[in-house]
Amino acid sequence: MGALVQYIQSYLSSDLTPGAAGNWFWATVYVLLVFVGLSVAVICMNWLERKILAHMQVRLGPMRVGPHGLLQPIADALKLLLKEDIIPAEADKIVFWVAPFIVVLAAFTVFVVVPFGPTHAITDMNIGILFMLGVSSLSVLGIVTAGWASNSHYPLIGALRSSAQMVSYEVAMGLAVVSVILMTSLNAEGTGTLSMIGIVRAQQAQGMWFIFKFFPLGLIAFAIFAVAMVAETNRAPFDLPEAESELTAGFHTEYSGFRWSLFFLAEYSAMIAVSSIAVTLWLGGWLRPFPNLLSGATWDLVFSLFPGLAFLFLAGMCFFNVARMPKHPLFKIQTIGLAGFGVVLGLIGVILFVPLVRDRVGDIFWFSAKVAAFMYLYIWYRGTFPRYRFDQLMKVGWKVLLPTGFAVLILTAATAFFEPSVEQWLRHIL
Amino acid sequence: MTPVATPFFFYLLAATMIIGGILVITRKNAVHSAMALITTLLAQAGLYLMLYAPFVAGVQIILYAGGIMVLFLFVIMLINIERTMKERQFNKQWLVGIAAATALGGLFITVYTKGKSLFPAGGASYPEEQNTQAVAGLLFDRHTGMYMFPFEIASLLLLVAIIGAVVMAKKRI
Repeated sequence: MGALVQYIQSYLSSDLTPGAAGNWFWATVYVLLVFVGLSVAVICMNWLERKILAHMQVRLGPMRVGPHGLLQPIADALKLLLKEDIIPAEADKIVFWVAPFIVVLAAFTVFVVVPFGPTHAITDMNIGILFMLGVSSLSVLGIVTAGWASNSHYPLIGALRSSAQMVSYEVAMGLAVVSVILMTSLNAEGTGTLSMIGIVRAQQAQGMWFIFKFFPLGLIAFAIFAVAMVAETNRAPFDLPEAESELTAGFHTEYSGFRWSLFFLAEYSAMIAVSSIAVTLWLGGWLRPFPNLLSGATWDLVFSLFPGLAFLFLAGMCFFNVARMPKHPLFKIQTIGLAGFGVVLGLIGVILFVPLVRDRVGDIFWFSAKVAAFMYLYIWYRGTFPRYRFDQLMKVGWKVLLPTGFAVLILTAATAFFEPSVEQWLRHIL
Repeated sequence: MTPVATPFFFYLLAATMIIGGILVITRKNAVHSAMALITTLLAQAGLYLMLYAPFVAGVQIILYAGGIMVLFLFVIMLINIERTMKERQFNKQWLVGIAAATALGGLFITVYTKGKSLFPAGGASYPEEQNTQAVAGLLFDRHTGMYMFPFEIASLLLLVAIIGAVVMAKKRI
């Protein structure tokens, strides 16, 4: 027993990820934490997407289940689980059965290497970014097989569109990523890294997020990735595989109940996964904003208070709405529930002010906040842009993003190669 | 940290590969074959990992499992599966088959029995951390980079194949 406790405690003093330390206990804990966190994030996204879209379209969105529809995702999940799981008679049973699991597996496995903080990752792989791109590209297999196995026309067309779209945007995405990996090699040894933690550390060492590196090259690479990642996750305005007006629901038309909800889960966790790639590669991962401009112990303290303040703000929102609730006796339970939710959020906020906790969760907070900004962008795109036509989509992918990607890659390489000598030459002249 | 490259994992991955390979040729449905092939390729990526070559494993997943197999499936889906199901799957060239099987089996047995003297013991093994750098060194380094030319020739070959496909597919360009 004592040995077990010691085994568990031994990790706490190390500054490695559980995978690198080879600690099974903490690796399992981290896997569970990431899984639970992702599921909660998907639930939140479900509610937020409806609410934000509704407000963008001057509607109210879900209002009936719980205060401001807060319990709507839970009601939906219950509905989906209780719904009949239909497998079409003419479908290819095994493939139809396996397809959702391929998508979910691919979407969740990538989180093994996502660095929520210098030590807050399940493991750090030498090929981190390659692993993420590779495994997330496997999800297209699930979509294609789902469309094919349904043995119906709309899903098949959706699957064909999806495979064409994902394969073509992967190329532009890869080029944008390579230009970042080039930037990581600008150190004394001259060797870059593919490890996700290594990429963030390179940005820390160079004192600059890669989005601002070699301005505007980093920014253009980021823009390419930002467009490609929307296409890669089949979201609006590139949601052709599931274009409702043309293909009913695209590749998952024949799916219902639990299996459909797996596709839903996979779509949202894939969105979070690509957003975290973008955050890690260009936006400094877990690093807090303005580390150079606002440096020093005082600013460190100010920025470390942010996680707690964010939760206190949410709690304040809850209490504000408790005050605004209708005073009718029918709303009594809802009002008490909302107040309770506010108290829970406030307590979390207070706990986050404790110095010991504060130091451990700061990086997770900044990483999640940056990812959350991307998730808001996803909803915003959906509320703003009309869907692309298929030929337009292909044109953007192959004729705009790909050549730009090549140009950025070549220019980045040239700048990285010539910058030191040009700098030396300039210093020589002046 | 204990090494992951235990015999158990090797036999597991090898068995997955062999079963997948057998399924590829025995399934009548082309999509099932393709999925079995994907399993084989993924298990192969696992074997690369066991050889401490994570970069090769990652490239294997991206290129073969994620890229090429998607295009395979893309093409297979356009084929009429109903008709291919009725077609004869194996041809009856027993003589050639037995000759090829004997040659391959003989090769396997030779390698298995005399493997130690045939191959240099140990050889160049890279620590896991340096695999990517080692591959890059073999390709691009000024002194050790001897595979740059073959690499470029291979990519030129692919380019020629792509141009050929475009010329054959499009009557008017």
